[in-house]
Amino acid sequence: MARLAAMARFFLTRLATAIPTLLIIVTITFFIMRAAPGGPFDQEQTLPPDIMSNLQKAYGLDRPVWQQYLRYMTSLAHGDFGPSFKYKDFTVTELIMQGFPVTLKLGSIAIALALSLGIPLGVIAAVCHNTVLDYAGMALAVLGIAIPAFVLLPALGLLFGIYLHWLPVAGWEPGSLRHMVLPTIALALPPLCFIARLTRSSMLEVLKSSYIRTAFAKGLPLRLVLLRHALRPALMPVASYLVPAIAAVMTGSLVVESIAGLPGIGRYLVQGALNRDYTLVLGMVIIYSTLLIGMGLIVDLAYAWLDPRVRNRA
Amino acid sequence: MSVPPQAALRQVALRPVALRQEAMRRFRSNPAAVVSIILIAGIVVLSIAGPWFTPYGDDTLDWLHVATRPGLPQAHWFGTDRLGRDLFVRTLEGTRVSLAVGLVASAVSLLVGISYGAVAGYLGGRIDHLMMRIIEIISGLPLIFFVIFITVTFGRNIYILFLSIGAVAWLTMARIVRGQTMSIRRQEYIEAAVACGATPARIILRHVLPNLVGVVVVYATLSVPQVILFESFLSFLGLGIQEPNVSLGTLVADGAGELEAAPWILLIPGAFLALLMLCLNICGDGLRDALDVKEN
Repeated sequence: MARLAAMARFFLTRLATAIPTLLIIVTITFFIMRAAPGGPFDQEQTLPPDIMSNLQKAYGLDRPVWQQYLRYMTSLAHGDFGPSFKYKDFTVTELIMQGFPVTLKLGSIAIALALSLGIPLGVIAAVCHNTVLDYAGMALAVLGIAIPAFVLLPALGLLFGIYLHWLPVAGWEPGSLRHMVLPTIALALPPLCFIARLTRSSMLEVLKSSYIRTAFAKGLPLRLVLLRHALRPALMPVASYLVPAIAAVMTGSLVVESIAGLPGIGRYLVQGALNRDYTLVLGMVIIYSTLLIGMGLIVDLAYAWLDPRVRNRA
Repeated sequence: MSVPPQAALRQVALRPVALRQEAMRRFRSNPAAVVSIILIAGIVVLSIAGPWFTPYGDDTLDWLHVATRPGLPQAHWFGTDRLGRDLFVRTLEGTRVSLAVGLVASAVSLLVGISYGAVAGYLGGRIDHLMMRIIEIISGLPLIFFVIFITVTFGRNIYILFLSIGAVAWLTMARIVRGQTMSIRRQEYIEAAVACGATPARIILRHVLPNLVGVVVVYATLSVPQVILFESFLSFLGLGIQEPNVSLGTLVADGAGELEAAPWILLIPGAFLALLMLCLNICGDGLRDALDVKEN
């Protein structure tokens, strides 16, 4: 009961900082975006001034920036991201709803893959410390961290798509898993290798501690020592790496989606900023920051659940 | 005559080993780190001296050999791209640009990060809280946006690129330096300096900063490959280095479009980029082990 109360208090204090942070991020983005030269209706041919001013009026761009800001924030409070400036007849919500499932699927499979392979590999390397297995695994891990996704993905496409004809190089069919394989691998590999290294070093640290020696001394087999005593403390650094890992996967999906031609939301980010599609960019920033901050919150909560020192500090 | 054991002990104790020498010795006994530092030196020398040994300039168009395979007969050692430009020269030029961006942007982030972190860590209390809050907010921004904004707002030239990458990369450095400073601040010699009436500025400059050198060297080495990766990522998206200038990122982007017909346009710059990243990472890890810097 005390634990639940402490958890609730911890959650509320963290939430009380997360929401203002999100608001500040949206505000900064809004004003930097407006400070950039050019506007959403700039084209090769300049529009006649009447049409331009009508367009500006229709989207409310003729008013002072602070009024636009207040209007945007009000509609945001009602859950409305506004219309896109560049993709006519689409609201930002529609655009995001179309692309987000693809991005989410790609990203979550990549994270799941990184965790489910990275952790066991790290544990194996730690248990086989200073053997050929350990060295080979860690050399591969360094290599995996070093090769950027935008080099790896075309190289994989070349090998498995063009030379071996096993998988499609790029493209997308709804529901087709074959099209997801290469992008997912390219996206998952760097965090996978990082997690493997992280798990290995923290596992080595844990295996040196006295309670592990005790567990061995009372005759527990290696498997039980690892599962019951060593794994949980060894995974603490991995838990705190989760948020940077998700950030890395989100950034990586920008290039991976464009190389593999996947219809996710990654392309809207860069395109939106270049087109000065104010509402689309803001929508993307909100989605991405909410994801990041939300994941940070979940990881903190998990920490607080596991470690009483954390939950009583707040 | 054999030396009595106690005298031998005294001799050992009398020869002090400087921390730096000890670190050097540990670094040298790490074969991977030594090999990678030699490779880095090799890449640097090649990227500077290589173009002297080929008849082609970086913008020479050889129309007779468009998208040619790597080969010796035409002296296009790495082949040519779709416009007949020599890939050897362009890859080396791209390597040079990527390295320069990595070094300069790391230096910017170092300068900002160290001063910010040292001030926050030394002053502590409410100011520290506020300064860390600012960092937290900036890290909450999807950083790629930040850089896109800066490059889009102020035009895309290479100095803006240096500045904007540096402006993003200082965050980690500031956090690490702050943590270190906080632990240094509790040391007795700082208390002694305060008791002697030294001002905070003097204490930070004379007593705190020199003790940060180890951490700073390690993280500076590790931030160079990250910056290079970030720069090539931006250039790949078309937001970084612009034609006619090249970096490894723009070369890889060019190559990704010609994958089927001319895979070497992708694979050669890609291999250079990966090798550079690999060596810099191994080197940074080696330095961390040698200087025995703790992660937190």
